[in-house]
Amino acid sequence: MTLSRSARWLLRGAMALGLAFIYLPLAIVLVNSFNADRTFAWPPPRWTTEWWTRAWDNAGAREALWMSVKAGLGATAIALVLGSLVAFAVQRYRFFGRDTVSLLVLLPIALPGIVTGIALDTAFRSVMAPLGVEKGLFSVIVGHATFCVVVVYNNVLARLRRSGGNLQEASADLGADGLQTFRYVTFPVLRSALLAGALLAFGLSFDEIIVTTFTAGPGVQTLPIWIFSNLFRPNQAPVINVVAAVLIVASVVPIYLAQRLSDTATGGRL
Amino acid sequence: MTSTLQRSAGGASAVRGPVRRLSAWLHRHAGVRLAALLTAPLLWLVVAYLGSLAVLLVSALWTVNGFTGAVVHQPTLDNFRTILSDEVYRAVTLRSVGVAAAVTAIDALIALPMAFYMAKVARPRYRRWLVVAILTPLWASYLVKAYAWRVLLANGGPVDWLLGGPGNGPGYGLTATVLVLAYLWLPYMILPIYAGLERLPDSLLEASGDLGARAGRTLRAVVLPVIVPSVIAGSIFTFSLSLGDYITVQIVGGKTQLIGNLVYANIGAANNLPFAAALATIPVLIMVIYLVAVRRSGALEEL
Repeated sequence: MTLSRSARWLLRGAMALGLAFIYLPLAIVLVNSFNADRTFAWPPPRWTTEWWTRAWDNAGAREALWMSVKAGLGATAIALVLGSLVAFAVQRYRFFGRDTVSLLVLLPIALPGIVTGIALDTAFRSVMAPLGVEKGLFSVIVGHATFCVVVVYNNVLARLRRSGGNLQEASADLGADGLQTFRYVTFPVLRSALLAGALLAFGLSFDEIIVTTFTAGPGVQTLPIWIFSNLFRPNQAPVINVVAAVLIVASVVPIYLAQRLSDTATGGRL
Repeated sequence: MTSTLQRSAGGASAVRGPVRRLSAWLHRHAGVRLAALLTAPLLWLVVAYLGSLAVLLVSALWTVNGFTGAVVHQPTLDNFRTILSDEVYRAVTLRSVGVAAAVTAIDALIALPMAFYMAKVARPRYRRWLVVAILTPLWASYLVKAYAWRVLLANGGPVDWLLGGPGNGPGYGLTATVLVLAYLWLPYMILPIYAGLERLPDSLLEASGDLGARAGRTLRAVVLPVIVPSVIAGSIFTFSLSLGDYITVQIVGGKTQLIGNLVYANIGAANNLPFAAALATIPVLIMVIYLVAVRRSGALEEL
C-alpha cells in the first residue's frame, strides 16, 4: 500500500499530537513541583525547591512507600508461582475446560476492580473473619496476587508457545530427567519472560488503589492510598505533587529494565 | 545405539534413583502432572476468587435492617427490585455505560492512527522507541495521572489559561471524567492495535497495492479485518476499567455519580453491603455479556 505524502504527514501529526496529549499533563506535574505558589497558579509566579525537602521529610509518605513495596513483593511472588503453573498446564496439555481456565485467569483483570475489591472484602468479612483471619497486609497481598496472575501467565505462555517443546524433547532424549530438563533447559528459556511478568505484576500491584481500598486492614496504607487520602487537603497539595513527580520520574526505571530483559519491544505482554 | 542409551540411562538411575523413577513415573502419568500443575492455581482462582464472587452474589440477596443496621440473612430480590424500579439507578447505570462507551470510542479514534503510524509508517529503528514512549506512562501511577488532570483542569489552571481565562475550560464534571478516563486507558488501546498491525506483513499491503487497490480499499479489505480483534481486545480494557472506576470521578468529576461511586457509598457511608453487592452485579453482568459476545472474534487471544 502506498500512502500519499499528505497521508503520511497526517499520520505523523496524529502521532505527535497523541504523544503531546500523553506527556503534557505529566510535564505539568514536574514543573509544578517547583511552583512556589501553594495553589499552583499558572503560569508559576516564582520557583522553589521547598516542597521537595518537605516531601523528603514526610514520614507518612515513606511508610506508605515501604508498605507498597511489601505488598508488591508478596503479590508478585504468589503471581509468579500460580501464573507459571497455569501457563504450563494450558500450553502443554489438552484437557476439558482448558478455555475456561484461561478465561478464569483473565477474569480478575477483566472485571472492574471495584467488583474484585468488594467480593474479596465480603469474603474476608463473612468467611475469614469468623475463622480469626482479620484484614491486614495479608488480605491486600491476596487481592493483588489475584489480578497479577494474569500478567505472569501471559508472559510465560507466550514464551512457551514461541519456544515449542523441541528443546525439552531433545533434553529428555539425551537422558535428562524432568528436574534436570527444567533446570537446564526450560527455566533458562523462561527466565526473561518470568522477569518481565514479575516486573509487570509488581507495577500493577504498586499502582493499585481500588482493590487495596477494600482489602486493606486498619493501619495498612499503601502509597496510592496515602496519596488519595491527602489529595483533597489543600495544604498537603505541594507535597503530593512532589511525590507524584517522583513517581513519574521513577516510572522510567521499570521501562529501562523491561527493555533490557525482553526480546520484544513492548517489554512483556499486558 | 539403543543399548548405549539404555546403559547410560541405567547408570544414571543407579546414582539418582528416586528422582529418575519419579520423573519417569510422572512422564507416564500425564494426568498426575496436569493435576500437580493446576491444583494450586485453581484452588486460588476458584476458591478464593470465584468463591468471593459467589459470596458477593449471595449477599446481594440479603438486606439490611433499617433500624439496627444488621444484615438480615433472608434471601429476597428486594435489592434488585429497587435497582430496577428506581429512576436514579437506571440513570446512573446508563451514564456509566455511556461514559465507558465514550471513553472506548475516543481511545479507539486516537489509538488507530497512532498505532498505524508506529507499525507501518515509522522507520523500524524508531518503532521500539515509540512503543517505549507509549508504555512509559503506564508505569506512572494512575493516581498521579488523574491528579495531573485535576491540576490542569483546576479553575484558573493551565487549561483555562490556554483557553483564555478562568472558567473557559471544561472544569470538573462529566466531560472531564470522560477526558481523563480516555487519557488513563489510552495505552491499553494503542498496544494491542500496534501488536496486531505489526503482525500484518508489509508484503500483504504491497500485494494489495500491486493488485490495484488504493489506500482506502487496502485499509478496508486488508487492514480492517486484522485490527478488529485488536480493537476489541483494547476495548475490553478501556470499557471494563471505565465501568468500575470511582476514583477519577471523585478527583475530576465534580458531583458526577457513576456505578462505582454508588457501590462505594453503600459500603462506606450507608453501610449497606448487600445493596452495594447488588449494584456491583451490574458491571459484572455487563462485562460478562461483553466478554461472551466478543469471544468469537478471537479478541481474547490478543490480550
